[in-house]
Amino acid sequence: MEARMSTEKPKVAFYWCSSCGGCEESIIDLAEDILKVVEAVDIVFWPVALDFKKKDVEAMKDGSIAVGFINGAIRLSEQQEMVELLRKKCQLIVAHGSCSHLGGIPGLGNFWNKETIFNRAYHTTPSTDNPDGVVPQEVTVLEDGKELTLPRFYDTVYTLDQVIDVDYYLPGCAPPRDLIMNAILAILEGKLPPKGSVLSPNKSLCDDCDRNDSKPEKMVMTEIKRPWEILIDPEKCFLAQGIICMGPATRTGCGERCIIGNMPCRGCFGPTDQVYDQGAKFLSSLASILDTDDEKEIEKLVDTIVDPAGTFYRFSLPSSILRRRRMEAIK
Amino acid sequence: MSERITIDPITRLEGHGKIEIFLDDKGDVDRAILQIPELRGFEQFAVGRPVEEMPRITPRICGVCPTTHHMCSTKANDAVFNVKPTPTAEKIRRLIYNAFQFEDHTLHFFFLGGPDFVVGPTALAADRNILGVLGKVGLEVGGKVIRARREARDIISYLGGKVIHPICGIAGGVSKGLDEEHRVQFLETANFAVEFAQFALQIFDDVVLKNKEYVDIVVGNAYKIVTYYMGLVDKNNKIDFYDGDVRVVDPEGKEFCKFSPSEYLDHISEHVEPWSYIKFPFLKKVGWKGFTEGKESGIYRVAPLARLNAADGMATPLAQEHYERMYETLGGKPVHNTLAYHWARLIETLQAAEDMKALLEDKTITDPDIRNIPTDTPNEGVGIVEAPRGTLIHHYKTDSRGIMEEANLIVATVHNAAAINMSIEKAAKTFIKGGNVSEGLLNMAEMAFRPYDPCHACGTHCLPGDMPLELKIYDYNGELVEKLKK
Repeated sequence: MEARMSTEKPKVAFYWCSSCGGCEESIIDLAEDILKVVEAVDIVFWPVALDFKKKDVEAMKDGSIAVGFINGAIRLSEQQEMVELLRKKCQLIVAHGSCSHLGGIPGLGNFWNKETIFNRAYHTTPSTDNPDGVVPQEVTVLEDGKELTLPRFYDTVYTLDQVIDVDYYLPGCAPPRDLIMNAILAILEGKLPPKGSVLSPNKSLCDDCDRNDSKPEKMVMTEIKRPWEILIDPEKCFLAQGIICMGPATRTGCGERCIIGNMPCRGCFGPTDQVYDQGAKFLSSLASILDTDDEKEIEKLVDTIVDPAGTFYRFSLPSSILRRRRMEAIK
Repeated sequence: MSERITIDPITRLEGHGKIEIFLDDKGDVDRAILQIPELRGFEQFAVGRPVEEMPRITPRICGVCPTTHHMCSTKANDAVFNVKPTPTAEKIRRLIYNAFQFEDHTLHFFFLGGPDFVVGPTALAADRNILGVLGKVGLEVGGKVIRARREARDIISYLGGKVIHPICGIAGGVSKGLDEEHRVQFLETANFAVEFAQFALQIFDDVVLKNKEYVDIVVGNAYKIVTYYMGLVDKNNKIDFYDGDVRVVDPEGKEFCKFSPSEYLDHISEHVEPWSYIKFPFLKKVGWKGFTEGKESGIYRVAPLARLNAADGMATPLAQEHYERMYETLGGKPVHNTLAYHWARLIETLQAAEDMKALLEDKTITDPDIRNIPTDTPNEGVGIVEAPRGTLIHHYKTDSRGIMEEANLIVATVHNAAAINMSIEKAAKTFIKGGNVSEGLLNMAEMAFRPYDPCHACGTHCLPGDMPLELKIYDYNGELVEKLKK
């Protein structure tokens, strides 16, 4: 019995909600390291890979799973039911990736609602041939009485911590290998940071960026350029080239992968601890480097930013102070 | 004794695909339906975004095949801005794309489709996975599989910034070039890839083709449906994953139509059913006739076998040899046997590897000229590429500033949605008779949709690569009568 106790490994669960599967790939991309993880823990639930069902989780004792990694935003009724169950069974919940942390790309759905999304998908797309106006239903009864069901589609996309209590956040779309491994090791070794921590260094991307040295003494932006309009200098700060880069308002830890690929940051890691709203923070950073005090000039310059809400809140709309667009405002 | 069988890939609460099989009074299959309970609304929330951001937004449709969406979206940007990539940029894009096609196909064969054959369709479920494959072909092969996937993904990481959600595509080119040092390094990868793809075809030959029992299953009626086929072809009607015209052949293999990406709306429509969030595309000029086979039905198929059927041949010499051998073995073109998708996938893997090699042997791929700056006013454009799982269409309309006004996306697996439904139904009708439901049905049903490598069916891209299935049989009153689980 004693021997058995000592060999008992911590139990781990993985789950996905409204997401693309990239966070699952991020686990598989641990490659050789995944073998170390499998050695050290007992994976009790990973629907994408292992044959365990919801009822298996229901049968487990509350708090019997050491940690649950949940990726994806919450958009369907069944996703909410599942994460509520996992919260009960897991001692720790880690929001894995941008979608569960901030809302992510599916969170852009909060510029719209169910009605407009369905209308586009099933009526107005030019290839759709739907003369009877059919729309997917939660319950469909076929002609001979056969009944088929679909989960409910919410009006609004939610972050994980808007639905259940979350202990830690693993940022990124998708999170890089080293941060995933560090998180797993910290949990295994019990070296846990304070609850609510984002498991990546608490400083801005600019602090780590290789292009930081290229910044002029006094940074000024005289015009805004879009990436397709110019040949992007692979060594110079994007903002100094006039290109919107979310670096000043974004947490570091990603390995500057997009910047090394010569494209500007879009903010998938979310803000640092000191910042409540990533978009507002970026706006104030931007205001400080626009090269004019003339209000009209500023207005003109800002007007050349073509999609401020969709750019400054690219990954964080559901977690922002805005949360979603007020639909009555566009009607 | 009317019954209903539910096959849930994961759990009822998962939400990426489930199969319902309805039995009639005699216990024979009346109807089988695959439902997709998932929708995220990309076409709507694209509206208002700058079009150049679409290659950075749409990869989040799928984290398994983000490179495909990134490339398709980049090509749609070329079309919106009416600009062509520089010759170097096109080479770099093709290199990334072939590396992706190679690693994705490899993953599917060894982790997913392979187990059914390599380990055997009647083997125990517990052995029908990547571990079983390794048990049969040896651990050394496992090392090669991991190396092939990792090295091909390294090419995408280097050029694309990130392998999960690349960022390099931009109208008129790419954001980053290739230097000589990396060309040499990646050429080594490409040489290994060519060797590896041939080796995979050898395994298929030894294990499947030399086994009459397996060949009989491949050519049997249970896994055969007669449809049209679609795929991109180059100017010689050879398979091209990255660019070209869309060609459709009829069930007899005759060219039915050939069109450029901008004409797709003249040829493809999508049907809506109330019981699935997925739509069902069909050939507009034939029409939607329900879930039926044959020349009268507008249902067509995409992905590896469909591409081989729709083309006159492969674009590279080694792959062409295997192409000819496949059609000789299976009795000429077109092949309607769904399980032949696995063979076609390996032949495509070889073309992707040969293409990578040819691109990297050409030193001009390191030229610095990687961007054409657009000068036209943005307007409207369609991008089409061949995803591993079939034809992928991104269609954008913008205002004069290049802000998205409309998006229409037809994703690879969607084209096959109706055919997957029919394939499952046909297999179920063959194997379930008189209410006799055996555990073997589970694998037989799996084998009907696995060849399509459907991206929505959760378990298809995972370790250990064996799709978990649960089968429930309910009586007429909804009482659970029996439960099978593998």
